[in-house]
Amino acid sequence: MTTESGSSYAPSPKRIAREKERRRATRRSAYIAALSTVIFSLILIIAITSAPGWPRVQASFFDPTIARESIPFVLQGLWLNLRVMAVAAIAIMIIGTLLALARTSKSPILFPIRALAAAYTDVFRGLPLLLVILLLGLGVPGLRLEGIPNSVVFLGGLALVFTYSAYVAEVLRAGIESVHPTQRMAARALGLTQFQTLRHVVMPQAIRRVTPPLLNDLVSLQKDSGLISVLGAIDAIKAAQILTARDFNFTPYLVAGVLFVLLTIPLTRITDYLARRIEKRREIGGGL
Amino acid sequence: MKPVLQLKSVRKSFGNDVVLQDINLDVRNHSVTVLIGASGSGKSTLLRCANLLEAIDDGEIWLADTEITAIQVDQDSARKRMGIVFQNFNLFPHLSVIDNITLAPKIVHHNSPESAQNQAMTLLSRFGLEAKANEFPDRLSGGQQQRVAILRAIATQPEVLLLDEVTSALDPVLVAEVLQLVAELRAEGLTMVVATHEMGFARKVADQVGFLHHGRLLELGTAEQILDDPKTPELKAFLMAVREAGRL
Repeated sequence: MTTESGSSYAPSPKRIAREKERRRATRRSAYIAALSTVIFSLILIIAITSAPGWPRVQASFFDPTIARESIPFVLQGLWLNLRVMAVAAIAIMIIGTLLALARTSKSPILFPIRALAAAYTDVFRGLPLLLVILLLGLGVPGLRLEGIPNSVVFLGGLALVFTYSAYVAEVLRAGIESVHPTQRMAARALGLTQFQTLRHVVMPQAIRRVTPPLLNDLVSLQKDSGLISVLGAIDAIKAAQILTARDFNFTPYLVAGVLFVLLTIPLTRITDYLARRIEKRREIGGGL
Repeated sequence: MKPVLQLKSVRKSFGNDVVLQDINLDVRNHSVTVLIGASGSGKSTLLRCANLLEAIDDGEIWLADTEITAIQVDQDSARKRMGIVFQNFNLFPHLSVIDNITLAPKIVHHNSPESAQNQAMTLLSRFGLEAKANEFPDRLSGGQQQRVAILRAIATQPEVLLLDEVTSALDPVLVAEVLQLVAELRAEGLTMVVATHEMGFARKVADQVGFLHHGRLLELGTAEQILDDPKTPELKAFLMAVREAGRL
């Protein structure tokens, strides 16, 4: 193989000119992007700060003292969001995988299970999450069942698991179906059983392909864990609400919002990174 | 001696399409059977039926002393005893070369990871692929991928190896390296059934050649009988077409 360095090759004037032109074009688009961002931000800032109600909004949403004081309490709430999310994410992956496997099963004997799984995903993808939280959070305690915790955190988390496992099941199903049938055939030809084929050949490829959309759902779950506040669980949003009611100032909401964004940024960056890596491998040589 | 693989009056159809009918074929131990015929003549279907990737409609398939198409036979354990390699390699893209080869020995045949690993490395170095052991399939050339696919199939020590047009997706130089591997396996006494368009290769390695036409095994004999002394007008026409295409 010939390498670029260490040979007697000298780039031709054509190549030098081409590369110069390419650099110039890159620089120019960077300038344009930077300039338009600055202009747009300036217009936005001027428009907002010159609005007639701005001084009052500034006082009630952007109070630095209240912001500083509210951070510990809101952070405490956010810790609850994180814990709910972590536990829910594990349950969602397990239930979502089972649902996806049920829906992609081919055997005629499994028809009832397939139909049930389809009905489940239809219902829980269609129901607004807020409604599921309210129905479970307010309905289940009303049943007065023995052995089922009535904690709002538990019931809110359960609602998240119900809804998100339907989303995740659909993502995983798409992944499983994207694995070419010849892969199953090759595995079966080697003597692998149905289950071994799923476990060693289909699922590893499927999960790799759907990692970016799965992480996207995880980011979404992180935010939606804030909805359990409607049941009274003291998460970041509820904490902000309490502070808001005490001081008649909305700044804590903004604090909670900023904290949620900060929490999701690392995850979205990881998602982008993985998506790019998969894209790159596709470009190099097909396959995964 | 009893044949290793035996097809008796095998019939297979897809919907109203009869793709195989009245197939009778004996494959003796340590022999190479080559199947020739136009695309769509049923070569691939025959091989897939032979290792139960497709269910036959009628007839029987015997692997040594077992009728593997009998109702009570466990198909997975029958497939374990055979190997098949496909036109498009079908390596597992998420596994390295060595893991592709050791997967079945480890989880189907329950060999220890060390012995599976050693056996795979022995195979790879015997065929000049040891440097590729930890590469992923998409970094290999087509010929290398197909050779790895063949090694993956023989790592489980099958009683019979089925090769389904293993060179059809390759350019001529890569065809040669794959066929070289097949010839070496033949020298070692591996029993094989090979569907191919490479007539020169058929002449070189085949103990018997079968000609398939519209799902029927029209002629069966030695390479000389089939390629030099065709009896049926269909085979004559087929050989003529192959000759014109410059493949004989």
